[in-house]
Amino acid sequence: MSETKKFVYMNRKAPYGTVYALESLEVVLIGAAFEQEVQLVFVDDGVYQLTKNQSTDGIGMKNFSKTYSALGDYDVNQIYIDEQSLKDRGLTMDDLQELTYEDEDDDWAEKSSMKLVNREQLAELIGNADVLLNF
Amino acid sequence: MSTLHTVNKSPFERSSLDTCLSVVSNDSTVLLIEDGVAGALQNTTASSSITDAMGNGVKFAVLGEDLGARGLSADRVMDGISVVDYAGFVQLAADHDNVQSWL
Amino acid sequence: MKFAIQINEGPFTHQAADTAYQFTKAALENGHEIFRVFFYHDGVNNGTMYGVPPIDDRNVSAIWSELAEKYDLDLVVCVAAAQRRGIMDEDESKRHGKGAANIAPKFRISGLGQLIEAGIEADRLLVFGD
Repeated sequence: MSETKKFVYMNRKAPYGTVYALESLEVVLIGAAFEQEVQLVFVDDGVYQLTKNQSTDGIGMKNFSKTYSALGDYDVNQIYIDEQSLKDRGLTMDDLQELTYEDEDDDWAEKSSMKLVNREQLAELIGNADVLLNF
Repeated sequence: MSTLHTVNKSPFERSSLDTCLSVVSNDSTVLLIEDGVAGALQNTTASSSITDAMGNGVKFAVLGEDLGARGLSADRVMDGISVVDYAGFVQLAADHDNVQSWL
Repeated sequence: MKFAIQINEGPFTHQAADTAYQFTKAALENGHEIFRVFFYHDGVNNGTMYGVPPIDDRNVSAIWSELAEKYDLDLVVCVAAAQRRGIMDEDESKRHGKGAANIAPKFRISGLGQLIEAGIEADRLLVFGD
């Protein structure tokens, strides 16, 4: 398997109400070992996956939101947030946790993994993907 | 690169078709399947956004078996949307560079 | 052309597994190759042999097994999703101290890496879900 492909994970569903967000994250973590190019897109209700201060004690389910902040350690650092989806939901980037990675080409400087994109840029991300994973 | 977009949700229940149409490019095709076939019918609240996308060069198809299962005849489908069978679905997937499923 | 298929939903509640089946069958009948069918989330429930639908309904698990038998398909059930939902082969069943295996013929249990590998090896990956 010498070929490198671009895997785009389309996250479009809120966490906890359904299992898709959690099980998508599990694929991302396993997939990181395959040394493919990985991009995560959060669009529609998918933006709720990244909200700060998630507390699941009251619903008896595992809080997996902290796992997102580990993505940088797996070299998953291309994370795209759809601006329109935030706006539609009355959210801003301040409502989301900050995801960072250490840039090995820049003396391990800590940089943001997150990029706000508009629909035109989102169209480009989809168009340039080799594999589009949806859950 | 061209993308085959599949939409399997009724536009009257979910926003999948809306989001899809906001990112679809003119070399791509939108295939309506399962409950998504409702979006292909004439004179619905979804029709104008589909007409707009067609004007931008986006192609549309609908899965005939799913129309039939729901008692919707092909002559109620909007002009410009082609009715395909599963083999046509396979051909569309082969003809585009990738497939985006708007689940 | 080489296709890979991902199925996110179980049988009967959602149409996803049926649509995926019809797509897979049409692809094979038209001379294409199916590299792998990967069952994830509730999709692993397609891999039980204990489903007994009424006689006038299709048996989704059984038609997958039959198609796999005919075309030697690779039907892979995600191990983590399967363990959560109680889909077991002999090994898994023994390891977890359960009574019996319930995995349907021609299905096998393996890891998520199989999905990534399918994405790498196939020309197109199609996802069927809700």
